[in-house]
Amino acid sequence: MSIDRAHADHTHEHPTWKQYKWVALWLFLITIVEVWAYYIPAFVASPAFKPALLLMSAIKFAVVVMYYMHLKFDHPLFRKLFIGPMIIAGATLIAFLFLFGNVRIG
Amino acid sequence: MATAAGAHEAHEHTHYTTTGLDNRKIAIWAFIGSECMLFGSLISTYLVYKGRSVVGPLPHEAWTSPAGEVFKPILNIPVTSASTFVLLMSSLFMVLALAAVENKGKAGYEGLLGSSKFWLLATAIAGAIFLAFQAYEFTSFVHEGLTIRTNLFGTTFFTLTGFHGTHVAVGVLWLMSLFFIDLKRGLEPRDAILVDLCALYWHFVDVVWIVIFTLVYLIQ
Repeated sequence: MSIDRAHADHTHEHPTWKQYKWVALWLFLITIVEVWAYYIPAFVASPAFKPALLLMSAIKFAVVVMYYMHLKFDHPLFRKLFIGPMIIAGATLIAFLFLFGNVRIG
Repeated sequence: MATAAGAHEAHEHTHYTTTGLDNRKIAIWAFIGSECMLFGSLISTYLVYKGRSVVGPLPHEAWTSPAGEVFKPILNIPVTSASTFVLLMSSLFMVLALAAVENKGKAGYEGLLGSSKFWLLATAIAGAIFLAFQAYEFTSFVHEGLTIRTNLFGTTFFTLTGFHGTHVAVGVLWLMSLFFIDLKRGLEPRDAILVDLCALYWHFVDVVWIVIFTLVYLIQ
């Protein structure tokens, strides 16, 4: 029973120290690129600026959630408990932006 | 002996559900899910009102008042980048603290770098440094003329970052309580769940900041 419980809590082994340090390095490098991009006026003025920053932010978010919060390795129920509200929060954000923000279709 | 074993079994039953998962861990994930919606609503509000302030100071643009007073862009990206770096590093310290507790006594987890006390304290200090950066930022904004009542940017900015800062402060208190438990009786591998719960909360606070840093500070 206790083995089952242990298995349920940790379906796979957590990352090693080495992997944690690689994750930290990637997070650090992406943050540097984000801040660097902020100081390039031509890039800030280009249409690629916002999508690029949002993409980098999303990558950092996903990396922390998957590796540091162990969502990639833990029980699927935890994934559901996190992703479900995330979808609601994202849908609320998009709805608010269309209803009250400056976002328009067409 | 049998009584002790029975008590241990009863103790186990209080923490495990029919899913076979620790109910404290289910609870923290459910809590984090609710926090997603809280911060989702705060970020939505910030974005809806973004660029609608009638008076300055403004986040990315200079603003001249009708009286001729010039306000420079108020956000200080270098300072916030430094605080972001500190918070990202604190997440690394946190996973190292958890690994140190889970693997206590095993090879490779000796000395200072294998000490959960060291990493828990390092995480708490990094959190406190982040809060100090935020206190400096808020104070300088007030001195430059931006308060929570000045304009829509001030209201949404202080509400969003203030809520986040409060979460960081709670996290620092939680980390310090774990640190003192570790000092007093030592955290063993069986206590890893206590550190895991705190770690999940701490990383969530970190991911919220990742979103805030991009949406509030970098995207103009």
